[in-house]
Amino acid sequence: MNAPTARTYLINGVALLGFLALTIAAAYINLGPLNTIVAMSISAAKAALIILFFMHMRYSKPVMWLFVGAGFFWLGIMLVLAMSDYLSRGWH
Amino acid sequence: MPNELLEAPVEHQFDNAEQQRDAATMGMWLFLATEVLFFGAMFLGYTAYRFSYPQAFADASRHTLIAFGGTNTAVLLISSAVMAFAVRAASQNKRGLLGLLLFVTASLGAVFLVIKGFEYAHEIREGLFPGRGFRIDAADPTHAELFYYLYWLMTGVHALHVTIGVLLISFFALRAWLTDAFQNHDTPVELLGLYWHFVDIVWVFLFPLIYMIDRHT
Repeated sequence: MNAPTARTYLINGVALLGFLALTIAAAYINLGPLNTIVAMSISAAKAALIILFFMHMRYSKPVMWLFVGAGFFWLGIMLVLAMSDYLSRGWH
Repeated sequence: MPNELLEAPVEHQFDNAEQQRDAATMGMWLFLATEVLFFGAMFLGYTAYRFSYPQAFADASRHTLIAFGGTNTAVLLISSAVMAFAVRAASQNKRGLLGLLLFVTASLGAVFLVIKGFEYAHEIREGLFPGRGFRIDAADPTHAELFYYLYWLMTGVHALHVTIGVLLISFFALRAWLTDAFQNHDTPVELLGLYWHFVDIVWVFLFPLIYMIDRHT
């Protein structure tokens, strides 16, 4: 594993705090239904930064990607299948 | 940079230090995958009910303290950055620095819990704890209470994870200072870091879902 440099960690930390400011600012602007989408996209970007750099996934072997991806893939199955039920109950 | 293959000792079931380290990291990620699903079930409950009662959830969310939530998000993000530096110090065999950075990380975790505690106290005084005493100024108090049921459950389980993290990190800080347990053996610190970053990620998703459903009206 090539350990990331201190500079990488510093930039990553600052970027995360920047995203935090952005997400709070965006919440006070009326974007209609987009508000939730913007907020969740920023959260996903923050999570990606944490996983890639702080958790070293950027520097890991493909097999590790498989393990990490599997967890989120299963979460996706749970959310998509369950919500496809809830969201389609009103359809006639 | 010390050669990480110096890591000792290699247990007999592994070919070499690299394989030993990979197996440990994979095991940690496997545990974190179960944690993703554990928290995921609660996020699913939240999503389903928020789609069913969007207005009640928006009204309830406006009663949360965004200044506390936002500060806590910053505290956790900074603690994650400090933890990343701690893992780096461990890989460089800098014992003193490792102990110090772990201590700072644990302290930030404790700050998070104290802020969360003040927030909980405020909410209990306001009657926002679900149950017989629940009261809220909202059009649909029944489903606003549902929001607060999920709020207490999810932040409570998250706070439990933070508490476990603070205790573990403090213990690791003491070990770094008092022993040479991590000398040429930084894998435990690396895994502890993975756990702490995971707890941070959970909060990154909780923050907008709890505090910012409908702040612009």
